[in-house]
Amino acid sequence: MSAMNRKVIQTLAENISKQVEHFSKTETERLIREFHVLLKEPMSNHPGKEAPGVDRGKFRNILHEDFGMTDRMIMDQVFRTFDKDNDGFLSVKEWIKGLSVFLRGTLDERIKYCFGVYDLNGDGYISREEMFHMLKSSLIRQPTEEDPDEGIKDLVEIALKKMDHDHDGRLSFQDFEKAVKEENLLLEAFGTCLPDSISTEVFERSVFQSSECH
Amino acid sequence: MGGLLTRAAQWTNDSSGCCKLEATQLNEFLLKEVLHFTEQLMVQHPEEATHVFEEPLVWSTTLEASDFKAGYDVSDLLVESHDKDSEGRPLLRLKPPTISVRSFSQLSKLLHLAENNTLAEVRECLQGNKDLVAIIFGRSFVSFMEKEDVNQDVQSLMVKIKEREPSEDVEAKIKVFLLLQKKDKEILNKLLQHVTEQSERVWIVFSDYEFSNGCNAPLWRQLLGEICYVVLTPCDTDTLYITCSNDGVFLNKGIKQDGQESGYERISEVYRDLVTLLKHRSPYFAANIKTQVQKSLCCKTPVTFVTFSNLINLNVKQQENKEEEKTVHHHVRNKACGTTKYEPCPRWRKLGLSSTRGYVIILLPHKSSVGAMPSELFSESSSESEEEEQPERRQENNTDLPSEYWQIQKLVIYLKGGNQTATVLTLCAMMDFNLMQETCQLAIRDAGGLEVLINLLDTDEVKCKIGSLKILRKICNNMQIRRIIVDMGGLQSVVKILDSPVKDLKALAAETIANVAKFRRARRTVRQHGGIKKLVKLLACVPNLATLSVNQEQDVEVARCGALALWSCSNSTKNKEAIRRAGGIPLLGRLLKSPHENMLIPVVGTLQECASEESYRIAIQTEGMIKDLVINLSSDNDELQMHCASAIFKCAEDKQTRDLVRKYKGLQPLVTLLGKANNKELLAAATGAIWKCSISKENVAKFQEFKALEIIVGLLTDQPEEVLVNVVGALGEFAQISANKAIIRKCGGIRPLVGLLTGTNQALLVNVTKAVGACATDKDNMAIIDQLDGVRLVWSLLKNSSADVQSSAAWALCPCIKNAKDAGEMVRSLVGGLELIVNLLKSTNIEVQASICAVVATIAKDKENLAVLTDHGVIPLLAKLTNTSDNRLRRYLADAIGHCCMWGTNRSSFGDATAVAPLVRYLKAKDSWVNQSTAMALYQLSKDPYNCITMYEKGAVKPLIQLMGSDDETLQEAAAGCVRNIRLLAQANRQARLFN
Repeated sequence: MSAMNRKVIQTLAENISKQVEHFSKTETERLIREFHVLLKEPMSNHPGKEAPGVDRGKFRNILHEDFGMTDRMIMDQVFRTFDKDNDGFLSVKEWIKGLSVFLRGTLDERIKYCFGVYDLNGDGYISREEMFHMLKSSLIRQPTEEDPDEGIKDLVEIALKKMDHDHDGRLSFQDFEKAVKEENLLLEAFGTCLPDSISTEVFERSVFQSSECH
Repeated sequence: MGGLLTRAAQWTNDSSGCCKLEATQLNEFLLKEVLHFTEQLMVQHPEEATHVFEEPLVWSTTLEASDFKAGYDVSDLLVESHDKDSEGRPLLRLKPPTISVRSFSQLSKLLHLAENNTLAEVRECLQGNKDLVAIIFGRSFVSFMEKEDVNQDVQSLMVKIKEREPSEDVEAKIKVFLLLQKKDKEILNKLLQHVTEQSERVWIVFSDYEFSNGCNAPLWRQLLGEICYVVLTPCDTDTLYITCSNDGVFLNKGIKQDGQESGYERISEVYRDLVTLLKHRSPYFAANIKTQVQKSLCCKTPVTFVTFSNLINLNVKQQENKEEEKTVHHHVRNKACGTTKYEPCPRWRKLGLSSTRGYVIILLPHKSSVGAMPSELFSESSSESEEEEQPERRQENNTDLPSEYWQIQKLVIYLKGGNQTATVLTLCAMMDFNLMQETCQLAIRDAGGLEVLINLLDTDEVKCKIGSLKILRKICNNMQIRRIIVDMGGLQSVVKILDSPVKDLKALAAETIANVAKFRRARRTVRQHGGIKKLVKLLACVPNLATLSVNQEQDVEVARCGALALWSCSNSTKNKEAIRRAGGIPLLGRLLKSPHENMLIPVVGTLQECASEESYRIAIQTEGMIKDLVINLSSDNDELQMHCASAIFKCAEDKQTRDLVRKYKGLQPLVTLLGKANNKELLAAATGAIWKCSISKENVAKFQEFKALEIIVGLLTDQPEEVLVNVVGALGEFAQISANKAIIRKCGGIRPLVGLLTGTNQALLVNVTKAVGACATDKDNMAIIDQLDGVRLVWSLLKNSSADVQSSAAWALCPCIKNAKDAGEMVRSLVGGLELIVNLLKSTNIEVQASICAVVATIAKDKENLAVLTDHGVIPLLAKLTNTSDNRLRRYLADAIGHCCMWGTNRSSFGDATAVAPLVRYLKAKDSWVNQSTAMALYQLSKDPYNCITMYEKGAVKPLIQLMGSDDETLQEAAAGCVRNIRLLAQANRQARLFN
């Protein structure tokens, strides 16, 4: 990377690290570099074209390979939560801000993040249907059951019983927040969307501690 | 019959998935009954037999068109009966190989045609029409009838039915249905009888090897009617080697190896069954089976098939329970010694036949020998002392179970089949139930949830582990659950989690261990899997910083849970040692400075538990923990105060510790604790600490500043024994100071103290006699004791079985006799008292011997009593003891000998009994008390010339002359007197020689 670029990155890092809570300036700088590395890789659906940001496919690869996520729907939702302006690409700012919560978020931040992931249509509520959708493959179907979806429906009811404090048949953010504060395990109630401590550590080590590459 | 067929018949699935009736004895029996029913119906109820079925019974037959003759339209491939139903359909239709039949009369005719193949035909028919009753009567009719009371008459039933489905031949239909039901019951009853008869022969179905006839016994023994051999080890008798034979069961000589024919010999009478045998052989079993049988009388469900476990239950007439069966099947194979070991089913456990208490059932296969005996397999047979195996409570009737039970069962199903997300969600839902409630705990167990929860601990999913532990830590407050968790190896997994980097997990795991390690086997498991080391590691944190970061706060919580776990584990001696070796003591000492009660309680709890070991007592003192313990005596938490006092109680045996308690001003708070008289545990600990601390005189003086004695005397009444032991112990120490003796009297302490002499608690009696003795040194106290007949009470304690009580009582008698008015008269008035004293000289306990010698010396001051003692043969008994090397005994023995010389020819009797020479040796003992009493005794003995000769010969003069130089005047005098007597004799001797 040229000296010119380096300068640009440093200014950018300084800028962004002021807006992001959990990364220092050097860490931000490393993340920017990582971002550019990602950009250089050919885009998954438009090979050869310079992309305006990290696209869904690349991002999904990271989620899958670095953080062991498997659920496509959840991964898409994570991308959507990162992609604040909804343009289908993660800008460098979106990338760093997203990772800030993803890797080092406080409980409050993570509650907000998870709620965003689970609110599939973005209407501010996690509805019965959305829960059903997310839990659809969480149980082994018993072939003997009359209604194979019965277990899933039951799980949805269990979730509602546990978290729907205002009894309106759907989860508002307040419902979700209250439930998670009472029992932290409910943070990822509808699917894994946060990294575990080990993969976080591995990822941070590889990005922040890798020797300068230029 | 429908119910019967599904319930009783032994259906098996073949490869193609359809149900088959296997050719078992039971099924044969059933088929015959069904056939019989069909035939009987035709004969006895011809009208009903023509009733047309709702649907035809269809199956594939072996009959061919040619078999049908009169009454049938027979064409090439088709047979139709002449009889038709109202709509003109034939009642029997055969299109080989498929046949359909629509009435019992046709069915009966058909079976008649089948001739030799009737049973096969019935079998095919039943297999083809599993829902027989519904086909014959129609589903709605059956469900209606099932709801109705069967005992109603046919008419009223008819009215009801007609409202529902108007049809002409309802009456016949009902009648047939009722007949069928009646038959159903009959068969069932016969079946039961059949099974019970069978049970005498089908003893044991499972084993390593089995002959085709189902026997385990070797062939040549089978000729004698023997079936198999069982080895049982009940808790209250020796191992029983049992032979089960056609005639019944009996004990054999112990079949251990092949070829030892003598082992098979019958050595008991023949009992009807195993239960009867055990009832005769094991009282514990007999007592428990009684209550079992009473309970089981209310069971309704009949036994339907026979297995090993079932057989046992059958004998007890109990209902079959699938789970028990599993337990019996859960056997451990021990290849090396070739035996198959069966764990007894829960019901047997209840009867005291449990492996954990040394019970095991072993089937001996004929071809091998028993290498390992049960006791080796279960080395810890008698160890489960603190948690008795409780009889398992079982819900007898499922309908009584609350809805939570079923909800939890459903959740367990989701746990079994869910991915991580579903699992976590389900675990969270489970936490919402009241997991401390037994119903919920048993629901989880019954649904197999424990297995799932334990399996989750071995996954990599942190959230699942957290959820699982959050449930396990609660439900393991149930003793049964704890045991199951340990049996399943769950505790090992929990111990492993202690290494996790996730702090929440570590804390939860430690908390779970704290709750599970309530019994010995669990504590041992923790230790054997390195759990103690890991738990000690958890203690490392900085507990007393003013402000803690979130991280440090978590560390403190982890340490707290670690301390809780260690507290539970520290109940075992080996674990105490392990904690010490893992470096736990300094860490506990550091946590002791924590400002938080919830941290301090487990820490002090562990320390006081461990203070039973000397290494800990020393460490507590040298690591400066006494100060912290004293500080926390003034906490406002009763439990914490109790543990602190208890720790001081155990440590204050040591003088330095006692001084430290005083130095850190711990005596006053201890006295203050006496105010909390309602908390008996706390009171016991506080009085214990006061007792031990008061062993130091300086402490007694300090205690008196706070009027401790007055309060303690007040605690002599209406207290539990744990408190009384300590209170009286403290009184005994306080009464060593003479001023306190008067205070005890003035506070009215003598009467309750003497009252306690009639108790039975030996620890208490030791302390009471000591206190009474101490009080008796005061003349005014003695008067009260005498008045209350206290001396007689103390005297009678010499008959106590405990040597400690005997000696303590004897020591107490000395001051009593010394200070009583008319002591001699009083002693004589105690019938048999002197004889008792003399006999106790035969005790082998040195302390008893010494104390009795002291009593003898005291009594002998009265000449009359000395005469009685002499008559009872006290002299040779005392002389016999002289060879001792114990200085304490020597002192009192010499004393007793000295005093006993005062009567008759006792001096020469001692000489004859060769008591003098050993006494001379006592002069060289490095104990001035021994020297003194020996000099006195020798002085008395030297009044007999023969004794003087012995003394002179044994070289007594030189040490006696040395003793004459002592500071003690009585000693000087005695030594000088003795030397004088020896000298006078020598002189007289010389003079006699000179003049003759």
